[in-house]
Amino acid sequence: MGRLSWLPGRLSWLPVTVLDTRTENPRVRTLVLDVEGWPGHRAGQHVDVRLTAEDGYSAQRSYSIASAPGEPSLRLTVERMDDGEVSPYLVDEVRPGDRFELRGPIGGHFVWAPGASSPLQLLAGGSGVVPLMAMLRERAGIAAPPPAVLLLSSRSAEDVIFGDELAGLDARGDGLRVVQTLTRSAPAGWEGHRGRFDRTALATLGIPAERRPLTYICGPTAFVESMADLLIGLGHPANRVRTERFGPSASG
Amino acid sequence: MPIISRGFRGRRQAPDVRARIPPGQHLVGDFPVLSEGPTPAVELDRWTLAVAGAVAEPRQWTWPEFRALERRSITVDIHCVTTWSKLDTRWEGVSLDLLLGAVDPAGTHLVAECYGGYTANMPLAEVTGGNAWVVDTYDGAPLAAEHGGPARLLVPRLYLWKSAKWLRRLRVTRTDEPGFWERRGYNNHGDPWREERYWGD
Repeated sequence: MGRLSWLPGRLSWLPVTVLDTRTENPRVRTLVLDVEGWPGHRAGQHVDVRLTAEDGYSAQRSYSIASAPGEPSLRLTVERMDDGEVSPYLVDEVRPGDRFELRGPIGGHFVWAPGASSPLQLLAGGSGVVPLMAMLRERAGIAAPPPAVLLLSSRSAEDVIFGDELAGLDARGDGLRVVQTLTRSAPAGWEGHRGRFDRTALATLGIPAERRPLTYICGPTAFVESMADLLIGLGHPANRVRTERFGPSASG
Repeated sequence: MPIISRGFRGRRQAPDVRARIPPGQHLVGDFPVLSEGPTPAVELDRWTLAVAGAVAEPRQWTWPEFRALERRSITVDIHCVTTWSKLDTRWEGVSLDLLLGAVDPAGTHLVAECYGGYTANMPLAEVTGGNAWVVDTYDGAPLAAEHGGPARLLVPRLYLWKSAKWLRRLRVTRTDEPGFWERRGYNNHGDPWREERYWGD
């Protein structure tokens, strides 16, 4: 009797070579990676990255996948935690040709299947946009995508991640709306929202509960808690709201 | 041979601390929150904790009844599969030895069932003998909802996803029934010292 077909093998550590890097903002960088033996992933999943020092000391952390399934390279978008151990290396030190290891994909809940017909409601706080970007990038490549909205909350214009690409996706007119808010400071001429998303904002900008959206929320704990509570209060059933939180630990 | 990452130094811990940190984990000072969905609102006057399933006689406690049970102060190290560990966390609650002893279990495993629908499974042998508690107090204060209040399971010898938040029922089973994360790629057992993070580890 062979093993059951749905049981994958052990997630092995895979060798990674950095192909390219892209600065997204002063704290955030995207790493374009060649991963030997990458098995593919679903939008929303993450990987564990392992760095090893010359004396054999190693450290590992989890990072969300930013690229859509099927793209030729895996992309991780990493935010620097100032007192972090791994993220400062990935954001500031790594250059093309460098190598490390990762294993994945990990996570079977905070994932989006492109065949789903439910409207897609995405709420992101700061770098919480990364796994949601994988969903939007995948959505952009399919025929007859479901209606979608991304509500993105950033502290200031400088903190916005993927701003240009999101504007491009929004402009395609394929049923995606991107709504941004800045919570601390907005530049002159800012046309988006200001301040934190509140009940009124979610009621007017989000997808109504009657349309049965599937909602994904990712960001700092306080953001996820408040957004999820507001959505429950607006009648969204808890089992249609999926969350991924990071922090308050600056543990990256 | 692991791949050496050029220029990576890392942050080393003193040997006495290092000895308490399982492989692949790192220390944090604060208390990160991880949950698969919204935090359920559980009113204390409607809260109950049940022990049921393969038992001689199921039991259920209301909040005042639960609070009147013999309580323990617990100081333990906790380890989350997302690689953070926190040392010397202080909790108060009721030992599973007491709760399970009240029902005479006739099974081999336990499924923790929660308000909100989350589940986690574990062998009974891992949660008896002074190894698990239902806790309602963290660091001297009522357990915050985002950390699992009113009450959560605490099984420090396994990764923290087994320490189910918003606990509603402990169901004794005769077979091992994988829970929420255990059906979604995470290890069925989850021993941090053996780094049992994912399926196949």
